[in-house]
Amino acid sequence: MTASTQAPVRAGRGQHAKRTRPQLSEGARAERRLAFLLCAPAVIVMIAVTAYPLCYAIYLSLERYNLELPQDTKFIGFANWAAVLSSPYWWHALLITVIISVFSVGITFVLGMLLAQVLHRIPFSRGATRTVSLIPYGIVTVAAAYSWQYAWTPQQGYLSSMFNNSAPLTNQTEAVVVIIIAEIWKTTPFMGLLLLAGLSLVPEDLLKAAKVDGATAWQRFTRVTLPLMKPAILVALLFRTLDSFRIFDSIFILTSGNNGTGAVSNLGYDNLFNALNLGIGSTIAIFIFICVAIIAVVFILGFGTAAPGTDIEKR
Amino acid sequence: MAVMTTRQRTGWVTANFVVLALALIPVLWLLSLSFKTPAAVLDPSLWPAQWTWGNYSGILTSSQFLRPLVNSIGIGLISTIIAVVFASMAAYAVARLRFPGKSVLIGMALLIAMFPLIALVTPMFTIERALGLFNTWFGLIIPYVAFGLPLGIYTLSAFFREIPWELEKAAKMDGATPFQAFMRVIAPLAAPGMVTTAILVFLTCWNDFLLAISFTSTVSSRTAPAAMEYFSGGNVFTVPTGPIAAAAVVITIPIVIFVLFFQRRIVAGLTSGAVKG
Repeated sequence: MTASTQAPVRAGRGQHAKRTRPQLSEGARAERRLAFLLCAPAVIVMIAVTAYPLCYAIYLSLERYNLELPQDTKFIGFANWAAVLSSPYWWHALLITVIISVFSVGITFVLGMLLAQVLHRIPFSRGATRTVSLIPYGIVTVAAAYSWQYAWTPQQGYLSSMFNNSAPLTNQTEAVVVIIIAEIWKTTPFMGLLLLAGLSLVPEDLLKAAKVDGATAWQRFTRVTLPLMKPAILVALLFRTLDSFRIFDSIFILTSGNNGTGAVSNLGYDNLFNALNLGIGSTIAIFIFICVAIIAVVFILGFGTAAPGTDIEKR
Repeated sequence: MAVMTTRQRTGWVTANFVVLALALIPVLWLLSLSFKTPAAVLDPSLWPAQWTWGNYSGILTSSQFLRPLVNSIGIGLISTIIAVVFASMAAYAVARLRFPGKSVLIGMALLIAMFPLIALVTPMFTIERALGLFNTWFGLIIPYVAFGLPLGIYTLSAFFREIPWELEKAAKMDGATPFQAFMRVIAPLAAPGMVTTAILVFLTCWNDFLLAISFTSTVSSRTAPAAMEYFSGGNVFTVPTGPIAAAAVVITIPIVIFVLFFQRRIVAGLTSGAVKG
């Protein structure tokens, strides 16, 4: 509503500014100066903390640089890149990360949709249910990870004792399953909330009309609700996929990446703080960045996800 | 929905119960562990056989936990204040002013929201050691601010757009400069949005583990989630399960209360940027 009242004035001003490009009016110039001043602190901090270190990481990745042998530091071109790309550890960690992302995001999506349906339609205690279902979102990831770790410790955990005192965290496949469960538990509320917001945009009349026309509940869901929720679903999936690709905390607590359960972030961390190899660590960092960029581009171009915030530009 | 059959009612009660149980059991387990005596820790039941406050009194008198707790609160608050101030300035410009490079700023914020933290750790570790920021509060505050900014810019520009333009124009008409119009008219009206943003940014800082273990080395700047890693049992053969569980409860309970208290705000903030687009 604010946009509509303002639109004619702004459009007029915009055209005027375009026609007389070199000489902006005093007001427009002042506005511009103010805008730059207002954005400057945010831009400086963001560039200082991300763009600069990323460029520095590219430089480090081209060097042989081990903190234990600092005198041996030397420019070695793309040797680190070749070393990482030909290393089975990197590909294994990438595979584990992809498995964790695919399963946790997929299952979280189904559960989140169920949660959204429950929160949307439940006829009683809606507020209380929504409040309690937010708890996993609020809990600190590390605290949740400890809860799962102790629950699966033989002799002392309630889940382990339910499954014959099993010790799943010492077995690769089972540990990955536990990691995925922990991830699902933590992130389903967030997914549910994003989907709930999308669900509330589906007009109730449309669903009623479909019901009158004889559509079953499942047909109403797949033919009416899902298509209308597509933008919300894609944004939720994009956020969750990127988040789960960056998984680190729960694996660090649950298994420390032992038995081949480490994700790419854990591999990068180990290379820095255990192997003290800055060259290899930086190379891994760059590859993770590339993977994340690919996921984002695939979602935004491939599935037509409106990048969050594009509405800002339209106005 | 007014008329409900018994079967429907049973269905909803079951669904409700399942949601509540799934959300609560892992938290209750942590709570139960934190009250168990070292002997009772080896009992897998959810109800402690012997109750004790020992785990809590132990960690709350130990500088190994108290100091990190203070660090967590201090670093979180300072980062949140800086991030909210910078973000509201930039968000105001994005929502209200015309300037070239606006879409670049939005794109950059989006890129940073997606940035893998680990890609930052290796180069930042080297940079922070060179600048003497390693193992200091500011060594964590600076990256926390940077990662709080995109969230803040998105949430706040959504809030700023809801505020009627007329108010600001009226203020300018009365002779206020753009800065005065922002400080006197817009900022007070945007206060709810700022509170929401502040909560979300604070939660992110409080939750962080990767940067906290990477950029600190002693309790002087280590935050609470990172400090739990370094707890030790009574002797080398004891795993400090009870103290860790108690610490996990201590850092969780305030946040859970926070989330429950401000849930409407948090939900609004989390979904504002995501769904409208």
